[in-house]
Order: sequence, then C-alpha cells, then structure tokens
Amino acid sequence: MDVVNQLQRQFIDYSASLHREGFLDDQFTQLQKLQDDNSPDFVVEVASLFFEDCEKLINNMARALEQQQGVDFKQVDASVHQLKGSSSSIGAMRVKDVCIAFRSFCEAQNREGCLRCLQQVTHEYSLLKNKLQTLFRLQQQILAAGGSIPVVE
Amino acid sequence: MVLAESGFSSPRNDAFPAGLRVLVVDDDPTWLKILEKMLKKCSYEVTTCCLAREALNLLRERKDGYDIVISDVNMPDMDGFKLLEHVGLEMDLPVIMMSVDGETSRVMKGVQHGACDYLLKPIRMKELRNIWQHVFRKKIHEVRDIESLEGFESIQMTRSGYDLFDDGHFLSGDDTTSGRKRKDADNKHDDRELSDPSSTKKARVVWTVDLHQKFVKAVNQIGFDKVGPKKILDLMNVPWLTRENVASHLQKYRLYLSRLQKESDIKNSFIGMKHSDLPSKDSTASFGPHKAMNMIPDDVPNGTYSFSASNSLAQNVDLKGQGDLKGITSAPVAEPKGALSIDIHDSHEAKSTQMSFDHSLGSVDSAVSFASFNSTTPLQYPWTEIPEIQFKQECEPLHLENGFSQLPLPGPSMIENEANRSRIEVKPLLEESRSNFVEHLGPVGAEDLFPIQSKSQSLNNQVFDLISATKSSMKTQDVGLNYLADSEFALRNLNASGVGVPLATLSEDLQICWLQGDCYPMNYGLQDLECSTYDNPALMAETPFHLYDVLRFDHEHLFDPTEYYAIDQGLFA
Repeated sequence: MDVVNQLQRQFIDYSASLHREGFLDDQFTQLQKLQDDNSPDFVVEVASLFFEDCEKLINNMARALEQQQGVDFKQVDASVHQLKGSSSSIGAMRVKDVCIAFRSFCEAQNREGCLRCLQQVTHEYSLLKNKLQTLFRLQQQILAAGGSIPVVE
Repeated sequence: MVLAESGFSSPRNDAFPAGLRVLVVDDDPTWLKILEKMLKKCSYEVTTCCLAREALNLLRERKDGYDIVISDVNMPDMDGFKLLEHVGLEMDLPVIMMSVDGETSRVMKGVQHGACDYLLKPIRMKELRNIWQHVFRKKIHEVRDIESLEGFESIQMTRSGYDLFDDGHFLSGDDTTSGRKRKDADNKHDDRELSDPSSTKKARVVWTVDLHQKFVKAVNQIGFDKVGPKKILDLMNVPWLTRENVASHLQKYRLYLSRLQKESDIKNSFIGMKHSDLPSKDSTASFGPHKAMNMIPDDVPNGTYSFSASNSLAQNVDLKGQGDLKGITSAPVAEPKGALSIDIHDSHEAKSTQMSFDHSLGSVDSAVSFASFNSTTPLQYPWTEIPEIQFKQECEPLHLENGFSQLPLPGPSMIENEANRSRIEVKPLLEESRSNFVEHLGPVGAEDLFPIQSKSQSLNNQVFDLISATKSSMKTQDVGLNYLADSEFALRNLNASGVGVPLATLSEDLQICWLQGDCYPMNYGLQDLECSTYDNPALMAETPFHLYDVLRFDHEHLFDPTEYYAIDQGLFA
C-alpha cells in the first residue's frame, strides 16, 4: 500500500506540474473523466492517436516548407490548422500556442518564421510526448501495484 | 416524443433524448474518438466517419437513420459548409458545425449555411448533452407545419403566417431553416431516396388535386354526414396515406366548407359580386392576382380546389371589376378537368411536393382546403380577388394565388386582412403549396410554387402572383422574404417548372425582367425535373433544386424587394 500511495502521490504531483507548466490544460482532465470501465485505456488511446496525427502533420509541414520552388503556404496553413485542432483535443496547450503563431507566419507567407515555428512545434510535441509517456507509465505502475488512478482536478 | 423510424417514433420514446442518433464527421481521428466517447456518455447512438463523402453516403443510405449531424468545418474532401448544405437540403436534418476556429466570420458562415449551432473545440460535455434540443425543435416545427399546411383553417395559418411576417422574416440570405430547404441541384436527382411517406414522420402529405379529389369522392360516397377518417382512408385506397393524414384533412375540409358558405354570403353582399356562387362554371373567374392572372375556375367544379379558407372567399368574379387587377384577362384556365389546378399535370406533383410541407419556414399559411366543387358546394373561389389585394399590401405575400387553380398553389390570402377578405380568397391550394414551398424552399420559396401550370398567360400571371405571394408567405417564417422576391421566384418557377403551357411568352418576358441583375436563366431545368408523383413528397421537393441553387446563390445577398417589385410592376403593369 505504501508503494501504491507513493506512486499515486507521484502521479498527482506530476500531473499538477504538467498543468502548471502549460503542457496540458483542462481538456486533458476532461479526457481523464471520460475514461471509465467501458474504455479503461481511453486516455492512452487518445494520446496515441494524437501522436500519430502530430507526426504526420509535422512531416507535411516540413515537406511543404522545404519546397525550393515555392512554398505552398496554404497547404502549410491547412496542416497547422489541423494540428491546432488536434492539440486542442488532448489539451496540448503549448503546442496549440505555437500553432497560433505559426498560422500568422503562414498568412504573412514568411518562410523563415514558419520554419522557426515548425522547429518549435516539433520541440513542444516531443516534450509533451515524453511527459505523457512518463505519466502513463506511472499510471501503469499504480495499477500494477493494485491501486487506482487518482483523479486530479 | 416519438422517435420514429423517421426519428421520432421509435421505442426510444420514453428515453428521449437518450438514443438520439448522431452522426459525427471529423477528419481528425483524435477528435472523432473523443466525440464518440462523449456522445456515448450522453447515451446517444453514435456513428463516426472521417470523410464528408462517406457521411453523405451513410445519410443517403439510411434516410431516416440519423437524427442529427455534427461536423467539423475543415475537412479534406469537402468543405464542411458544403456538407452542411447537402444535409440540410437532402435530409433536412439539423447540423451542428464544429471548429477550433471561432472567428465570427466563420461562425456566421456556418449559420448562413444552415447550421443550427456552431461549437468551438475543445467541446465540453455539457454542450453535447444539449444537442437534442435541435432535433426536438425541428420536429415541433415540422408537426406544426404539417398541420398548418393541411389545415383549411386559414385563420390558423394566417395567424402563423402573420406571425411570421410580423417578424419581418423574409428570407434574406441564408436562414437556417431556409438554408436547409434549399435543395442542392446536384443532388436533386441523385440518390434521393424516396422515403416512404407513411413511414417517416418527415414525409409530408401533399394534398394534391388528385389526392384531394379522391378524398372528396370518398367523402361524397360515404355521405358527408357519415364520414370518418377510417372510412375515407379505406375508400381512397392510397397506400401511403395514414388515418391521421385523412383525419386532419377532413377536419380542414369541413372547416373550409363551412367557411366557404359563410363567406360566400358575406362576400356576396359585400362585394356585390355577381358570381357569388360561382360554381365552377364560371370560367371566367379571373381571380387571379391583380396581375391579370386569371384563375380559371373553370374547372372548379370538377377539380378539387384547395382553398385556403382565407379570410375572404374569393368569388369567381370577374376581377376586372376590381380595378386593381391589372389586366386580368379572364382567360379561364382551360383546365380540362376539374381540377382547379391548372393543370398540374405531372408537374403538379412536383409542385405539390414542393408545396409539401417543407416546414422549414413554418409559415404555413395554406390551409389547403380542397373543396370539391363538384356541384356540391358553391365554390367561392378564393382566388379571385386576391392578387390585387395582396399586392397592395406589400408584405402580404400570400396574396397570390388566387388564380391558381393549381392545387398546390399556396393560397395567398392567408394574410389578407379583413379588408381584403372578401376579395381575396386565397387559394387553398396555393396556400398549401405556398406553405409548403415556403418551408421547403427557404429562400426559394416560390420555386415550389411552380406547379402551377398555367395554361394561359393569365395563368402565368396568376402563378406568378401566386408564387410571389407564396414566397412571401413562405418566407415569413424565417426570413422576411419580400414577397416581391417571391414573385421573382414564382416567376422563375413558372419558367422553371416548364409547365407546358403557353406561358412561354410571358415567362420570357418576365424572365427577362427578372434576369436583371440575376443571371440565372429562368428555366433552370425545372422542366427537366421529373415530377415524381406526389406520393413522394420528398421527390417533389427536389424539383426546385435548380431554383434553389439559384436562390442559394442569391441568398447571400438579401433580396432587395424593391428590385423585384419594380420588375414585377413593370411586367404586369
């Protein structure tokens, strides 16, 4: 039980820090609430979908921005818009914020600005992915130890 | 709440809104999964798809398989707004748009295209919990529309009609409901399933001339005093018709007859019309809109005229006497048989459909009252004076019609005011159709009207007027579509409907006028529209698609009534 408690505390603290640092927002909490017995791995599944989508979109953007002949900013913008939507689904606040800036550069057809944003987005995405994976690992450990995942408000 | 196959009458009744059948369309797999989960938590039945095309296929395959659609605005294969339009037109389902982008312009566009709501992502549970209200609201409107449309109770319709008009809602731009009603021309012939009217609540019964004739015949056979909906239904032998349909129609018929009688008396004295009893024999009744349409009640006797027992019973009077009527030429509609409807031949079905209750507008003013004038009742053809009066009142769109003996023509006189009572008799048919149209068309309103096949120029005029009137009335509910605009539509419809009548000339003229500022050829192809039998209201509804298309384009710009009015005046003056 001690182990469980410890793990649970770790989980709570870690969650709180993620929220505090802006990696996750309330939407993530909502997702956790949606998780139930019918779909016990709901959050993990959603996160996986998100990662997949993110990678795909980032690749699209990179490809579009690499075009020497001329960047199709509309296409880049479309991808950014999608990424923005996707990030809002899981509560990836920081990623979303970068997307907002990214879109302005697209509109301004500023390739440099776009490339910078792309870099930022990639970075934020990686960070988030790592952190979420840590969080999920903690969850797994708690469950393995017989405990239940605490709900963090 | 009955959730039927059509959505409202299934065993889910008691549980409503639980079991609400939602179709979610979003290309984002993450959101799709989340929304599915959220909706399931609300106890809804969820179907997801990530492509707009797929969604449309699903919707078309199971016409009444869904209650509501939630769709993202940005999708790779089709613009969310376009999907929205399709759904609204074809399936007439409430559609909720979603996006991570909450810019006012986008939201506005959504509403313009007919979205009943626009949600911003991230979407919260509480927002989804309430989406059933849109389904419920639509059902209510539909029921109300059906009742009104079928109702002979012109007053009732007038009331609703007036309410609508009072709101000054004339279709201008897109209105949610009207937008829905707009039919996508592309789809109109498409896999538009003809849902079995009897099985879907959405099916609207269009009391076409033929149908009404059957009805009246059955009534007469049974004996007016002994009639009952069941007996009538049995005699009529119309498979898709329900007892309820007949019951409400019977009620209206009774009211209509009694009103006719009453009004005829009043009218006689009031107007001094000599034809007060115009029993259909009067072919010259030139009722029509002042625009010199002659409604030819010629066939009145035989036909089933749907009169909307509007305020005044129009008598088959020679409107010319009216003065206002512009050049009404009494050219009796050479309707061969008795149906008032100016022949609504096959097209009338289409018309009917159009007129069918498209409740979006809910302005049902037409209580179509079909009166079987087979010498059983002195017909006061409502058509008569209406037009004139109507035009007098700018926003009384309903006045049209009179002359249209076309059944489905919505009786314009709904809106008549007392003053016009005597003069304007709204053609029940017209009204009905009108209402139907209105609902149906949304901005297009008039298009539905076409069913009026005017055999003659006058008819055209009448139709035109009717359409105008109808349009106006139609719009009432949602938008104040200036009846003038309606006229335009009516005109279009006239042409579009391709009624094989000598309208040609007139139409062209009108067409020319109408074309001013408007590039759509009048004959949109309506002629090509197959008028499905009125058994398939849905089908009928498709007919005006072309028109809708046109209108749709226009809807973005509010119709400027004055523009049309001018044309109108010019044409008919």
